[in-house]
Amino acid sequence: MKTSTSATLVAICLLVIAGLLVAGCTTTTETPEQTTLTVFTAASLTGAFTDIGKAYEAQNENVKVDFVFDGSQTLRTQIEQGANVDIFVSASTKHMKALQDGGFMDNSTVAPFLGNSLALVVPVDNPATINGLADLNRSGVKLVIGTKDVPFGDYTRQMFEKMAADPAYGPAYKDAVMKNVVSEETAVSSVVPKLALGEADAAIVYKSDVSKDDLTKVTRIEIPAQYNVVATYPLGILAESPSKAEAESFIAFVRGPDGSAILTEYGFDPIPA
Amino acid sequence: MLSLFTTVLLVIFLLFITLPVVSLFLRISPEAFFHSLTEPVVLDALSLSFVTATVSTVIVVLFGTPLALVNARRDYTGRELVDTLTDLPIVLPPAVAGLALLMAFGRRGVIGQYLDIFGIHIGFTTTAVILAQVFVASPFYIRQARASFEAVDRLYEDAARTLGASPGAVALRITIPLAWGGLVSGAILSFARALGEFGATIMFAGNFQGRTQTMPLAIYTTMQGDMNAAISLSIILVVISFAVISAVKVVTRRRY
Repeated sequence: MKTSTSATLVAICLLVIAGLLVAGCTTTTETPEQTTLTVFTAASLTGAFTDIGKAYEAQNENVKVDFVFDGSQTLRTQIEQGANVDIFVSASTKHMKALQDGGFMDNSTVAPFLGNSLALVVPVDNPATINGLADLNRSGVKLVIGTKDVPFGDYTRQMFEKMAADPAYGPAYKDAVMKNVVSEETAVSSVVPKLALGEADAAIVYKSDVSKDDLTKVTRIEIPAQYNVVATYPLGILAESPSKAEAESFIAFVRGPDGSAILTEYGFDPIPA
Repeated sequence: MLSLFTTVLLVIFLLFITLPVVSLFLRISPEAFFHSLTEPVVLDALSLSFVTATVSTVIVVLFGTPLALVNARRDYTGRELVDTLTDLPIVLPPAVAGLALLMAFGRRGVIGQYLDIFGIHIGFTTTAVILAQVFVASPFYIRQARASFEAVDRLYEDAARTLGASPGAVALRITIPLAWGGLVSGAILSFARALGEFGATIMFAGNFQGRTQTMPLAIYTTMQGDMNAAISLSIILVVISFAVISAVKVVTRRRY
């Protein structure tokens, strides 16, 4: 019994080691001149940057662009904990600033490149008949927003603060709306599915979060400019990136005509370089 | 005697498991840890986790014990299928469990749409948290319970029956007491799994402090802002998990 257990243990270990060796070999057999750019990208850019990545790779065969999409705060934490990243694209200047202050960024490359604003989203059959912000304080409405630490949740709270300061709505409106919040999500990517499934009645997300495909499932309602909060997205190259030239070329592509066209299509407002 | 090779493998692996766990304790000062324990987000998560995991364990034991007993003692067509179905949540990724629960109990789900007519909404409630925990944690109890029932010598049951005990009395007075150690350790494991449940909960129940934000969800959320709270909650879960495994070892050792 004892010998067979340790034999099994050894066999498993050998398998693991063999697996690692094979994995190691496959990476070294890649074409030597191929560069991989790792781009940490805010979750709200998932659709747009996936398209941009494909378009860029089609024009630059020697570069492979790997994206990691997650909430900006999560990405920032991973960078602070030592993740190997070439480019960071943040949904808020706050997280970019923190990384700049920590010496993680090549400061000369950091620049705002995109504007995004909030929108109210409801399921296509609109079970709670919500036609605008004025309906959100009605009792029983199930509202989904972001947690206070993620940018879209922070901006949503700023928007409600603006409305509370306006006598047309007042502080009671804000309190009633916050009471209707049933879930606080950490990334925008998990909000639209909750609406599409009909679990929630309304959500506040970025205008750009609603893709063309989503429009069969959810309806986007514009938020008046006087209450809306415009988010500025900065991007930049990491100080320790080994492929700065390729990273600069990719950023130029994002901010150039091809990248801007894709970003506009997704509902963003590119800031001219 | 362990060979040198086995010892080296053993040490490497132990370090691999121990180092990350120990790192959690090294990344926070005792003062910061105790200060975090007073944060509302931590307190809410702690109490919600304990209440929901306790309720879901009670439900699992209530429904799982008869099922385990029947599957241990009766031979019927489809028993293997029932066994496979009750084991399914162990291998199913929690994301699949969460989506499946949404499809069943969501507002437009197979059952949820009828509940909706009566104004019953499960999504985003503490009930959803408990349903998710019952779904993922039940196999841990049922498997253990079935194995313990099978280990009980039928001789005692037959003796009780020939002395005139009803089937219910045999189960309550003979089988269950003899299988007790296994049942308790199964319930503890199920409780621990419920406490750690994350994926199905965040998909099905959402994330709201005090209502659906259990400890694992609070760790995920506070990691975005207050790292100390996230580490403190993680340390509590590590300690509980360690205690649970030790408890199971003690309980099962006493019996055999």
